[in-house]
Amino acid sequence: MAAATGPGAGPGRTTDWQIATVESVHAESPRVKLFRLKLPAGQKFSAGQYYDIRLTAPDGYQAQRSYSISSSPEKPGVIELVIELIPGGEVSSYFHEAVVPGERIELRGPIGGHFTWTPNYIEPLLLVAGGSGIAPLMSIIRRRATLDSSPRMLFMFSVRTEHDILFRQELERMAHEDADFDLTITLTRAVPEGWTGETRRIDAQMIDTAFDAATGKTRLREAGTGTPEAAKAAPNPVGQPFGRAYICGGTGFVESIASYLLETGMDYDDIRTERFGP
Amino acid sequence: MEFYRGLSPGTVNILRTAKIADARKTLVSIPPKTLDSSWNMINNRFFGRRRPAPPRPIPPGQYLEDGFPVLSAGPTPPVDTATWEFTIHGPGGNGNDSGTETLGSWDWSALNALPQTELHTDLHCVTKWSKLDTDWRGVTIDTLFEDAGIARPGGFVMAFCDGGYTTNLPVEDIVDGKGLLVHTYDGEPLAPEHGGPVRLLVPHLYLWKSAKWVRGLKLMEQDSPGFWEGYGYHMYGDPWREQRYTND
Repeated sequence: MAAATGPGAGPGRTTDWQIATVESVHAESPRVKLFRLKLPAGQKFSAGQYYDIRLTAPDGYQAQRSYSISSSPEKPGVIELVIELIPGGEVSSYFHEAVVPGERIELRGPIGGHFTWTPNYIEPLLLVAGGSGIAPLMSIIRRRATLDSSPRMLFMFSVRTEHDILFRQELERMAHEDADFDLTITLTRAVPEGWTGETRRIDAQMIDTAFDAATGKTRLREAGTGTPEAAKAAPNPVGQPFGRAYICGGTGFVESIASYLLETGMDYDDIRTERFGP
Repeated sequence: MEFYRGLSPGTVNILRTAKIADARKTLVSIPPKTLDSSWNMINNRFFGRRRPAPPRPIPPGQYLEDGFPVLSAGPTPPVDTATWEFTIHGPGGNGNDSGTETLGSWDWSALNALPQTELHTDLHCVTKWSKLDTDWRGVTIDTLFEDAGIARPGGFVMAFCDGGYTTNLPVEDIVDGKGLLVHTYDGEPLAPEHGGPVRLLVPHLYLWKSAKWVRGLKLMEQDSPGFWEGYGYHMYGDPWREQRYTND
């Protein structure tokens, strides 16, 4: 893990609080709304970064939360945030119930420098999301889609029901039109009639299947040389078609997938994670 | 409808004063620290959940969390206590542990043979959650220095870990009982996703300073950014001064 100069570092003062204006609110699923915010200074960001939001009540009580940007860095100045309604969540419930276009929101950012992707990294990418964990990955997916020459990408998306498939039309259109973009969607709870995708939690077998399919299209990468001795010692059972993996979702979800990728021989440093939830 | 500092300052100042005075009379559960926080605007329909009210003040911008969230930049590395070793390196060299003198080292049984310390403390993560009343058991950094015969150094340390994570700390913030290597949480062996078998615990700073899967400390004469510090997180990270990012 090499340290780098992150966008939040240095004299840019991207961490000063500022006031953005809500441009639009869109109900993307029963539990998720998308908020487009216009930033006052049009700051640039990298795909995968997030903003801190701060709400202040009339009596001075404050609450802060972090939300990932789902829009592409190609369009600086306006950011899209994915906000899932958390039962009892004071910030998410305010956004879902009270925020309308024109509302002003205090925020600072962009923040984060490890869970990011920029086009100068050209190796094939594996992206894995659980639920609203798609947010930072959607920014990466959209950034890649703007390029003339882009790395192969596999996106594995685990949601509870068909209604929870965020950005479904956009993703399916991309998978249809772009031979280098593969999409696996799996439903872990209710499966509708006629569903042809996967129907269980993402497991080793599902990853192996996806790897096999991807390996047919991509050169094999050598077995891992990552730090953990176990990963080094393990044989590489499925080949390594991806240079880097980004995993975002709940803790158990991320833990199980990251651990399996280590077992397959992927380098420790090439597995980047973002976890949420207790 | 919102009020802004700067848009009509007179109105806002009156509002702030009145509201704070009002709040202090009627909402005693709000910690004074929260009211001291600065803001640029008010979300007039935002009231917040505020349950449970913290039994004592928590740092600005934090909320209470009952669970124990896991935030790590990468996978949980497999760590075997049979080969685990903790080392303290002298200053010099370029890498975390390269080219520097080893001042002390302990394997798993040596660590457990040292005098053990129990700590009851609150945790504050830069991602905004705070967890109160956590119980830990481990070995103070003072004990390690004493066992290795290291005179209390000045300057800074870089903690280094399985998986390659690093974080920098002033030495004075990990001595006098302020920093521990912990292996037990709530009476149980520390779980791998929380940094087990051994993590650093420096609870008066944001939790990214309490490095998971820690394998050693390197003494440094000059401060130098670790992993998150290099990405724009604060070099010191005091939650009570809300030092989340570089310029805070």
